[in-house]
Amino acid sequence: MIGYALTFAFACFGLALLLNIYRVVRAPTKGDRILALDTMVINSIALLALFGILKGTTMYFEASMIIAMTGFISTVSYTRFLLRGDIIE
Amino acid sequence: MIVEIVISACLVVSGVFGLVGSFGLIKLPDPMMRLHAPTKATTLGVGGALIASMLYFYFVVGQLSFHELMIALFLFLTAPVTGHFIAKTHLHLTRKPGDLPPTAGDRPWASYESDAERARIEAAAEAEGDTAG
Repeated sequence: MIGYALTFAFACFGLALLLNIYRVVRAPTKGDRILALDTMVINSIALLALFGILKGTTMYFEASMIIAMTGFISTVSYTRFLLRGDIIE
Repeated sequence: MIVEIVISACLVVSGVFGLVGSFGLIKLPDPMMRLHAPTKATTLGVGGALIASMLYFYFVVGQLSFHELMIALFLFLTAPVTGHFIAKTHLHLTRKPGDLPPTAGDRPWASYESDAERARIEAAAEAEGDTAG
């Protein structure tokens, strides 16, 4: 039963990533594009957690931790750049 | 058996929430509404996946892992910060200072206050505090 639920969750998050890519390519405002990139990072963290369950190893959690940190830093630096025209003042 | 049902329920809920969050990003009409969908729903989706993974590794594989809690804690701490920054960026890119309603005090909206203006007002307030004290 876990296998079916895992497949369903994989399909859902894969579809969510496709929707995010569509939003990155066709975004009405710049804020939407940053938000879609941030959501892509979060969805990929969920995909990595699901992949760890599928393979039965905890090795992927370090990778998803690093992806979470880089995603946060990149989102903040992108918005800072749009707000102030400079990242580190 | 019960553990399997709980893990499967967590996985299904997390998948549905992740999909709904990203669908709201496409579907909702206003940028501020679009900000609402992923920052709440996707964090819950990731939380469900991480809880399912913790339960799976403890009850099925038989090893206790705390990495998931660290990731969930980090995401819950950073999601409001990124949401605030994106909302502020949207506000600054679409609204001029004159478009906003006036504030109750004599200071302007904090986000639109220039650095020189803020320094002047804070210096004046400090001088006033010195004479009063």
